[in-house]
Amino acid sequence: MASLIRSARLASNAIFQQRLPAKLLHTSAKSHYAAANSPPPAEGFMPGVANSKLIKHTQHDALRNPELASVANGETKKMNLFQSVNDAMAIALATDDTACVFGEDVAFGGVFRCTMGLSETFGRDRVFNTPLTEQGIAGFAIGMAAMGSTAIAEIQFADYIFPAFDQIVNEAAKYRYRSGGEFNVGGLTFRTPCGAVGHGGHYHSQHPEAYFAHTPGIKVVVPRSPIQAKGLLLASIRDRNPVVFMEPKILYRAAVEQVPVGDYELPLGKAEILQQGKDLTIVGWGAQLYVLENAIQLAQKRMPGLSVELIDLRSILPWDVETVCNSVNKTGRLLIAHEASKTQGFAAEIAATVQERCFLRLESPIERICSFDTPFPLIFEKFYVPDMIRCAEGIERAMKF
Amino acid sequence: MSLSKVAAKAFMPSAVRTFASSAVARDVNITLHPQSFEAYKCDAPSLELTLKKEELVHMYNSMVTMRRMEMASDALYKAKLIRGFCHLCTGQEAVAVGMETALTEKDKIITAYRCHGFTYMRGGSITSILAELLGRKAGISGGKGGSMHMFTPNFFGGNGIVGAQVPLGAGIAFAQKYLGEKAATFALYGDGASNQGQVFEAYNMAKLWDLPCVFVCENNRYGMGTAANRSSANTSYFKRGDYIPGVKVNGMDVLAVHQAVAYAKEWTVSGKGPLLLEMETYRYGGHSMSDPGTTYRTREEIQHMRSNNDPITGLKQRMLDFGVVTEEELKAIDKAARAEVDKAVEESKASPEPDVDQLFTQIYIKGTEVPHIRGREPEEGIRF
Ligand SMILES: Cc1ncc(C[n+]2csc(CCOP(=O)(O)OP(=O)(O)O)c2C)c(N)n1
Ligand SMILES: [Mg+2]
Repeated sequence: MASLIRSARLASNAIFQQRLPAKLLHTSAKSHYAAANSPPPAEGFMPGVANSKLIKHTQHDALRNPELASVANGETKKMNLFQSVNDAMAIALATDDTACVFGEDVAFGGVFRCTMGLSETFGRDRVFNTPLTEQGIAGFAIGMAAMGSTAIAEIQFADYIFPAFDQIVNEAAKYRYRSGGEFNVGGLTFRTPCGAVGHGGHYHSQHPEAYFAHTPGIKVVVPRSPIQAKGLLLASIRDRNPVVFMEPKILYRAAVEQVPVGDYELPLGKAEILQQGKDLTIVGWGAQLYVLENAIQLAQKRMPGLSVELIDLRSILPWDVETVCNSVNKTGRLLIAHEASKTQGFAAEIAATVQERCFLRLESPIERICSFDTPFPLIFEKFYVPDMIRCAEGIERAMKF
Repeated sequence: MSLSKVAAKAFMPSAVRTFASSAVARDVNITLHPQSFEAYKCDAPSLELTLKKEELVHMYNSMVTMRRMEMASDALYKAKLIRGFCHLCTGQEAVAVGMETALTEKDKIITAYRCHGFTYMRGGSITSILAELLGRKAGISGGKGGSMHMFTPNFFGGNGIVGAQVPLGAGIAFAQKYLGEKAATFALYGDGASNQGQVFEAYNMAKLWDLPCVFVCENNRYGMGTAANRSSANTSYFKRGDYIPGVKVNGMDVLAVHQAVAYAKEWTVSGKGPLLLEMETYRYGGHSMSDPGTTYRTREEIQHMRSNNDPITGLKQRMLDFGVVTEEELKAIDKAARAEVDKAVEESKASPEPDVDQLFTQIYIKGTEVPHIRGREPEEGIRF
């Protein structure tokens, strides 16, 4: 215990940061609050994402990606993540007459503004508010999709998806199977903001991908950036399977990218290697990738020459076993980090599969850097989440085993 | 809680104590406004009631203190000392206060996240409420919960998942009935929450088994940014129990609330089964601290409610009309309430944050924990 308290304090009072050159860290010391009297925004702050190397700041940088070949000659526009999600939905609505967007307060733009302007453009009959009724929203969306329509339903926070859990797990995921293929809800997508924001407490912070990953019949996707969010959301909407699309809400306004304005999809079930390396494979998704990016820099500072392969899993279900295992077969070491708590978190599934596939190649135990097995805390959030320091220590442990 | 019990509590504001002791107890006969109630499948509560002067003073003092407390929360939030999601009850004070004065300690209350006022009325000290908001050790949940997570022995919270508390209310009421307690459960929810399926599931169980459960819809006209008529096919919330009788109550009049709650308690404890109450009320501020509260309703509407329906001003005027207090006496109460809240602010700010090992406690009951709550490495978790 004492050591936990010590390491937690260390992280909290930023002694650690003093030991690092400022430029190493994306975080800067200045206050991130806007006007003196305005409360912090519901989506929180993740300063430094804007300066991340994972963010595509220029059009050239953005369009170099072979996955964006279909729009490589098109325009790009500066968008943050909520704007790119909005843009994806606008395209879905414009290209598919059956598509509707609905959820609590979405006609006004939603809590995080992702649906801003859509009801004005596409009409209140296609973009509409529902009553406060998650189970109802889910069941309604499933019925609509069973008719062959495209249903894009928003669950205001991932923490509120549990009243809809039965509908998603028992109805949406099994419709095709239990009707022998007569019906399916392929046109169904649930969008839901997830993850820690610094002050969300028990019910505005959870990252529940693992619950859904235990459910054959649905897909689960978590994007990391504006470009990714647009392409993955369009793919999710058009994929002929129901998809739970979890948007890390701390990223909504954290950074802008040059997002292609055209219509494009990014592949589901496919991870992306963000950085090639040979000593250690690191797997993450969503906002955790930016924490990992910092952790890698920190570890490299302590272990000069360290070469890390960083992978964004992007799809949690199905997940890209090939890309991860190929990488581990190359590096011999694996670290997985996620914001959800450790036991039965999705890292456990990855670790289990990797030890099956890469047993003889593993040179150190697989590291899982996750939140503690407690409810998501309010006051202890910064001790709870797998921050840069914990991740960097995990890297060191894996390398020095 | 009955008044005598309340007076014995440490949280009882000093102003009232002085006041009560210096005053000669006397009954005040009150006739409520004819439009205070509207009944569905039952008789409306009587418009006549008798309260003691001290009871009126207690109501006034409670509402004034509650408002001060919420103003302090607002200021602490804006000073960035309170973080997280925080929902104030300013404007809705009459509901918590009128309800409490008609109940006893044996009755139970459960509500949603707009819970600071109920916590205070159910015996939570101002310091413990503010300290909870601040995430401090002196908080009513040890600083572990924050705004939506406040509890006292007869107040089951404080619930962040909209609608989830309503079937819990039915279960609490069932236990009361089973244990033979002559008491009732009051399960509160909002106009927005009223559309959750589990609310209707709870209605059915409560009526099926004639539970001593009173479902109380605090209709403040909006669920976040959505006006009641945009979310609810039937905005007569007191009629939505269908087979359960209901009463609509002027929730901006603490005396009407008191009378309706007394009526509901009598109804359900006498074995007639559940009852619905719809409290017509209004929140002055935004839904939570991140909502300015002016994009989906007009400033005029808010101003109108404040100037014509304010529960504190309303009671103040009636007390003056009854001739039971003077302006000076009321001013003294206001002043004392302010001083009390100011003191509580300082006390709560002085409380330290909870110890880090608290992160791992109260997940399972002591002695039955999983042997190890794990962290990143062995010594970071906790072994039981
Ligand atoms: C299951 C669930 N869905 C959504 C939310 C987000 N949310 C919190 S309060 C609220 C509006 C509730 O309105 P109402 O019931 O009228 O209560 P009021 O805030 O007016 O007191 C919403 C949508 C939530 N907390 N839980
Ligand atoms: Mg409401």
